[in-house]
Amino acid sequence: MTWTLFSVASLAVLVSMALSMIRALIGPTVFDRILAVNVTGTLTVVLIAVYGFLDGRPDFLDIALLYALINFIGTIAVSKYVKYRDLGHPLDGPDEGDV
Amino acid sequence: MPEIISALLNTLVGPLVVADWLSWFCIISGSFFAIVGAFGIVRLPDVFSRMHGAGIVDTLGIMLILVGLMFQADEAIVVIKLALVLLFIFFTSPTTTFALARAAIHGGVTPGPTAEELAEAQKSKPKNKKDEKEAKSSNT
Repeated sequence: MTWTLFSVASLAVLVSMALSMIRALIGPTVFDRILAVNVTGTLTVVLIAVYGFLDGRPDFLDIALLYALINFIGTIAVSKYVKYRDLGHPLDGPDEGDV
Repeated sequence: MPEIISALLNTLVGPLVVADWLSWFCIISGSFFAIVGAFGIVRLPDVFSRMHGAGIVDTLGIMLILVGLMFQADEAIVVIKLALVLLFIFFTSPTTTFALARAAIHGGVTPGPTAEELAEAQKSKPKNKKDEKEAKSSNT
């Protein structure tokens, strides 16, 4: 019974991931790709959690928690790199030290 | 009254408890909103409107699915971990969108036509009568 429920959830998450990967592949600008990859990563968090429930091992939630953190830091790092061409402290520019 | 409730809880697939009903509702609507948001990411015209689709996926889609999973948890620690994931997504999703929007504006992406540009486009429309006639004939 709950098996059906988790299957429905994981199927919907997989469809959404496929759609956002389409945008990541065809996106005209680099920001479209960053956005789509970020959404795919956030959906992966839910997929890991749902898979843990589907398998009867909710310990997978630790991995989901870690993935959420890494996904956030990765997206911030990539958008900062695209903006400043550097991951360190920006030397010039009006919004110094800003995200 | 309890008879009505027990009749409601007896479905085609067998008896369901209230937590199961809430869980089904949350997960099905969350799946729906996740797919709708993903369609928005594919179909919307520019980066800033696609961020709206990403916001739908992050808030309504994922949060509803996680809340639905909370109703299925057996132990308290599972609920706490799910709440932590939910809290992280609650804070990181707007932050990511903000940083990305700033980077996109810095990178030279203009956020769609402004109100003045739209008014100008409205004004200049009746001027070229040729185009208008063509549009009319194509409509009819």
